[in-house]
Amino acid sequence: MVERGETSSTGGSDGTQDPFPSAKKITKRPKYSRFTQQELPACKPILTPGWVITALILVGVIFIPIGLASLFASQRVVEIVDRYDEDCIPPSFKDRALGFIQDDNTDKTCIRKLTVPKLMKSPIYVYYQLSNFYQNHRRYVKSRSDKQLRSRKDESKTTNCEPEAFAGDKQPIVPCGLIAWSLFNDTYKFSVTNQPLAVNKRNIAWDSDREHKFGSDVYPKNFQNGRLIGGAKLNSSIPLNEQEDLIVWMRTAALPTFRKLYGRIEVDLEAGKEITVMIQNNYNTYDFGGKKHLVLSTTSWLGGKNDFLGAAYLAVGGICLFLAVAFILVYVLKPRPLGDPSYLSWNRNPLGHLN
Amino acid sequence: MSTGRPLLIPSPRTPNTPQTPSIPTYADLAKRSSGDLKPVSTMESNIAIDNTSSIESNYNSSSRRSISSHQSRMSGTNSVKEVILADLGSKRVRHGSRGTDSEFMSMSQKEINDDDARLVYINDPDRTNEKHKFTGNSIRTSKYSFITFLPRNLFEQFHRVAYIYFLVIAILNQLPQLAVFGRGASIMPLAFVLLVTAIKDACEDWRRHRADRIENNRLAWVFMNGQFQRKKWKDIRVGEIIKIQANDTLPCDMVLLSTSDPTGVAYVQTINLDGESNLKTRYAKQETLSKVPEKEKISGLIKCEKPNRNIYGFQANMEVDGKRLSLGPSNIILRGCELKNTAWALGVVAYAGRETKAMLNNAGAPSKRSSLETRMNLEIIILSLFLFALCTVVSFLAAVWLKRHKDELNIIPFYRKKDYSEPTPDHDDYKYYGWGLEIFFTFLMAVIVFQIMIPISLYISMELVRVGQSYFMIQDTNMYDEATNSSFQCRALNINEDLGQIKYVFSDKTGTLTENKMVFQCASIWGVDYGGGKASSQNDGVGNPVEVDRKILRPKMAVKVHPQLLELAKSGKDSPEGKHVHDFFLALASCNTLVPFLVDTSDPFVKLIDYQGESPDEQALAYAAAAYGFTLIERTSGHIVIDIQGERQRFDVLGLHEFDSDRKRMSVILGFPDKTVKVFVKGADSSMFSVIDRSLEKNVIHATEQHLHAYSSVGLRTLVVGMRELSSSEFEQWHSAFEAASAALMGRAALLRKVASNVENHLCILGASAIEDKLQQGVPEAIESLRMAAIKVWVLTGDKQETAMSIGYSSKLLTSQMTQIIINSSSKQSCKKSLEDGILMSSRLTTQSSFTNNTVGSSGAAVTSLALIIDGTSLVYVLDSELEEQLFKLASKCAVVLCCRVAPLQKAGIVALVKKRTSDLTLAIGDGANDVSMIQMADVGVGITGQEGRQAVMASDFSMGQFRFLVPLLLVHGHWNYQRMAYMILYNFYRNAVFVFVLFWYVLFTCFTLTTAVTEWSSMLYSVIYTSFPTIFVGVLDKDLSRRTLLKFPQLYGAGQRQESYSSKLFWLIMMDTIWQSVAIFFIPLFAYWRSTIDISGLGDLWTIASVVVVNLHLAMDVIRWTWITHAAIWGSILATGICVIIIDALPFLFGYWAIFHIGKTAEFWLCLLIIVVAALVPRFVAKIIYQHFSPCDIRVAREAEKFGNFRELERMEMEMNLMAEPQRR
Repeated sequence: MVERGETSSTGGSDGTQDPFPSAKKITKRPKYSRFTQQELPACKPILTPGWVITALILVGVIFIPIGLASLFASQRVVEIVDRYDEDCIPPSFKDRALGFIQDDNTDKTCIRKLTVPKLMKSPIYVYYQLSNFYQNHRRYVKSRSDKQLRSRKDESKTTNCEPEAFAGDKQPIVPCGLIAWSLFNDTYKFSVTNQPLAVNKRNIAWDSDREHKFGSDVYPKNFQNGRLIGGAKLNSSIPLNEQEDLIVWMRTAALPTFRKLYGRIEVDLEAGKEITVMIQNNYNTYDFGGKKHLVLSTTSWLGGKNDFLGAAYLAVGGICLFLAVAFILVYVLKPRPLGDPSYLSWNRNPLGHLN
Repeated sequence: MSTGRPLLIPSPRTPNTPQTPSIPTYADLAKRSSGDLKPVSTMESNIAIDNTSSIESNYNSSSRRSISSHQSRMSGTNSVKEVILADLGSKRVRHGSRGTDSEFMSMSQKEINDDDARLVYINDPDRTNEKHKFTGNSIRTSKYSFITFLPRNLFEQFHRVAYIYFLVIAILNQLPQLAVFGRGASIMPLAFVLLVTAIKDACEDWRRHRADRIENNRLAWVFMNGQFQRKKWKDIRVGEIIKIQANDTLPCDMVLLSTSDPTGVAYVQTINLDGESNLKTRYAKQETLSKVPEKEKISGLIKCEKPNRNIYGFQANMEVDGKRLSLGPSNIILRGCELKNTAWALGVVAYAGRETKAMLNNAGAPSKRSSLETRMNLEIIILSLFLFALCTVVSFLAAVWLKRHKDELNIIPFYRKKDYSEPTPDHDDYKYYGWGLEIFFTFLMAVIVFQIMIPISLYISMELVRVGQSYFMIQDTNMYDEATNSSFQCRALNINEDLGQIKYVFSDKTGTLTENKMVFQCASIWGVDYGGGKASSQNDGVGNPVEVDRKILRPKMAVKVHPQLLELAKSGKDSPEGKHVHDFFLALASCNTLVPFLVDTSDPFVKLIDYQGESPDEQALAYAAAAYGFTLIERTSGHIVIDIQGERQRFDVLGLHEFDSDRKRMSVILGFPDKTVKVFVKGADSSMFSVIDRSLEKNVIHATEQHLHAYSSVGLRTLVVGMRELSSSEFEQWHSAFEAASAALMGRAALLRKVASNVENHLCILGASAIEDKLQQGVPEAIESLRMAAIKVWVLTGDKQETAMSIGYSSKLLTSQMTQIIINSSSKQSCKKSLEDGILMSSRLTTQSSFTNNTVGSSGAAVTSLALIIDGTSLVYVLDSELEEQLFKLASKCAVVLCCRVAPLQKAGIVALVKKRTSDLTLAIGDGANDVSMIQMADVGVGITGQEGRQAVMASDFSMGQFRFLVPLLLVHGHWNYQRMAYMILYNFYRNAVFVFVLFWYVLFTCFTLTTAVTEWSSMLYSVIYTSFPTIFVGVLDKDLSRRTLLKFPQLYGAGQRQESYSSKLFWLIMMDTIWQSVAIFFIPLFAYWRSTIDISGLGDLWTIASVVVVNLHLAMDVIRWTWITHAAIWGSILATGICVIIIDALPFLFGYWAIFHIGKTAEFWLCLLIIVVAALVPRFVAKIIYQHFSPCDIRVAREAEKFGNFRELERMEMEMNLMAEPQRR
């Protein structure tokens, strides 16, 4: 039985019992090193009661202040949220919301009055919030062409853009795809005590997107020329990298309820002030039961108003502290000496290993 | 060969060819030197060689062949040339009884069916290859050629199910409807794995190519055009005549035609084939001997069997000159053998190239699968069910959603089923294939997205980890054997972890527990016990020197002598005691098949006598005889020369009956110088006492019997020696019978046996010898450790019961506290009865002992345990019958099982018996060819690199130098391997499942459309780069306990036997943990970012990083030993993930450009990450602490003891350790 690969003539030299060993013999003794003997210096931490309790208390001690700080930050954020999709349907169209929104001739203007609950320091961020809108739907997410957006020469690269790839005469649509096609087109005009409130719509998109993803030489073409208008139209004389609403919209949201930045109000708003918003309620969320909110919000170091993180930190910190106390009790009431050989199974049950 | 290892086994054979003959024993007699050996003898001239095959060979006693060729080949030796003409009658013949050999001959007489035969026309390759082209002699061990590499390698790789799975997924992903991932990303993992494997295969194959090329281009002398010419090996064809020179390697399997030896003998070394280093003899047929191809045209036809891989069998017949001769295995030399001590040999190529037996045997050992891996398959199936369930849920929900929204689908902005861009009124559906198909596609897409639920990378990681583990096993200096210069070898790469779960060890005795170095201990001569272990140690180190030709010859091995016996031996044969002693040692010196060789020493006037032979017992006896002044200094086929107390005497060897396992004895018939003829017999006591004349010297027989009992009860191997003087009429009678039997065509072996039995009777007892087979170093300690580790040690030996039991005692296998159940039955009924009795007894004992234990308490270290001793005869009735069940029942209650007189196949039968009835893992360890079947049968086979060739090693999965290395192998490496591998498998399940669940939760928030927030590259790299390295390094390097602790508490091995580290319970626990962790990873960011401006890629990056951090910290929490490598792997992986995510997000053409930088700037991201990690791991942490506190497992306690244990204990431990490490003397 010759070993594989060890053909008849070449093999056989090893393992041979040479009856007369020559004086010089190649030893096969493995070389000693701490690595080969698996004796590298090592730290062998062991979870002793001390460590366990310390770790748990440490988590509690760190987490509870973080939780409190987060909650505090969240509480300080002033947020005005106004759902307007239902209220902005005139009473006569109550049962025909879809007809209303799809009819080009209806007046979509809608006036909302919002009261500032607390002093809102600038910058005040204006968001629109959509619910039940699956910007992360697979068909939707894929329906875009990043190449086309970036440079003019790739205008015709509309591979994934169907059904919004080509206009009727096989001309490529720029920007193509469902995402661009469904661009949000409600507009808001704010005024406080009849003084218009300026909304800064510059720099609402990511710099990286403006600079690298959307070309400065790409202009909208054939956009929204189809028979079904999905949303906003674009000024075809402005390059894409300056169409910030589009850029914001194209950063598809991760979750079905999301906000998108509309603009910034760069003045403080006093508490109790009433803001009048003139909304052009163009965007059709009625066919899939989506909701539209207008959101005015200040920010904190933690972002917007969300108590969840703070509460979660408090909860986890609290649980850890509780566990720490529980373990202290356990270790005090029912201690187990570490490394006590009497806990070894064969000492507990001498016959155990025989069966 | 049916009764296993006899005391004087001629040569180990592969057990699966029990019918094959032993290599002709004539060879052993006339065994020549190998290279540097210098034979003392010359071949005697006055012998007609009784050629095995020459059935009708007329045996001409007067034909006196010249021995010149012998001398020429022994040129330069100091051989004593002595030609003594026959003077004892006219018939001075050396007869060899070649039992089994001739049996084979009669078998080969059977007609070989023409359809099954290959016809070889001697010296006519064209005609031979005319009708049926035989394979050429070029060999290819390489698998691929340059062109076939790609397709064949791919084909072979795709034999693995895992790769098929990869492939199917990748293909699915190429369908446009299902393209979840980009093309590049989806093929990457498969391509990576294929590439790595292909490169590995290519390198290996390149090496083989080179070896093949060298091999194929070697040159051989081939008879062409009337003369021998050099020809490349690869061009040799079947039917050609080739000439082999001394020390050449055979290029093919060839039938011998003639050799330089006038008697047609050729000596070959078969070390490349079976690892046996002794020379074997092959014969040319008498009829072809004298033919010289240069002078006369040789022609003939060989009809031989189809190529097969049995290296000990060959059947053919040859038609030469109208005569039909039969050919056996002794007429063929196989490829790979080397011609030794024969100037040249001529032969006909019978098998060439890949049809040679060597090449047919080239297949590697059958691959075994580790039990952990087999068990793992169940969990893999469960995971597939998970996968199926997840996909079903997704497609079901998608179906519901589509149904509910089917009226709106046309215009929903994020769906837009209808294509409105065309001005035509009837709009096409766009990328919508109907409700049913959409669901189906959703299902398939779900499979693609969740594919890593089935951890394919696990298989690759496991292989890498095993390579690493094997490396450390091989490198372990504690498993290196100085004596044989053999380090540990891993021959099987996929059962490392089985070593940690062994419950049964089946061990061979000779050569495994013992050293197989026989040392003569004492003798009982004529009823007087000499020695009895009290031999003095004078003369130690130096054998009794003998002066020949002014040169001092000294036995190579010194034997301790008993002074009184030495005195007696020197006193000559005048006194009655002296005569018996004389006869006794004469028997020891002559009744064997050893050949003395002289070895040079540094002193030119001193030479060492080295007895070469196959039986170590015989060697020991011959050295002993030499020590007492009876030095065998020369053996030829016709006579021996023995130096008796300085006086050289010559005896004619008139006949020799080889040892065979039926008679269990051998005999030699010597013609004395004074013309008397005596037969000396030695053999096993059981067979000898039946042929000893009981009427003579009753008290001597009685005393000898007592001594024998005493010897064997201290573990010595005993042989009984007897002799008888033959009268001339008896001799004549024997001689004619012998001649007739040797010439018989049918049943020669039986006839010869009968002849032998006729002469081996009415013997006069001379005495008995006792040989010690020394226990190997550290065997008792090793067995003790194994026993403490709850490993049942079964010893399967060919030795007789007393010897086996005494070895059992000395190796601490048996203790005096043990209750022994001995089964020694000669019929099925009695066997059944003793088994039933045994079971009854065992149940009584166990209830008793448990009762006493309950009352006495835990001081039950000395629990009475049972030992079962059963012999081969009983096993015949047990194996393959309904009694197996009972034997197993009984044996499983016994702590020790000892099987004596077991045949090789029975060994395998016993292993199979246990294997069939239990899921516990078995390990077989042995060193000889007779252990091969057992080694292959057991779950783990361990070969000892010992004295008996390499077959056991070749068949084994692991090989090492000493039995005691089993302890570090199992208790240390096995334990580590098992713990590591078990943990790694569970961890791999977990880490992939966590990720899949995170993806799954997200699917629930995307209208069930399988959008992945995690970028496709990250999801492909997840199991390749982000999380794989730490688990591999931990799998190779982590140690739960130190070597020291594991050796101190062998009981810790129980963790593996109880499957503590891998079980269904653990699997489900870890799956529950998986779900919790995935929930924490997914939902914390979900709630934190609900109603925010977060984009898909940003959140996806958070999920990716969170998963990787959690999964790696989970591993970190379980790592026990933190070396710098572990640190580097774990923290490096997290770092690498970060870098990869950054790189992916820095590529402007990808979807999520710059997302990580945006989200990474926010505090929310980092706070999320922190709380995810803590929330995900706290439950596991707490569960671990609670478990460790309330029911600590042994490993945990031992680890604590290791760290905080009391120091006195530790010091004691260290001392023991040193003892274990130091070579121990018994």
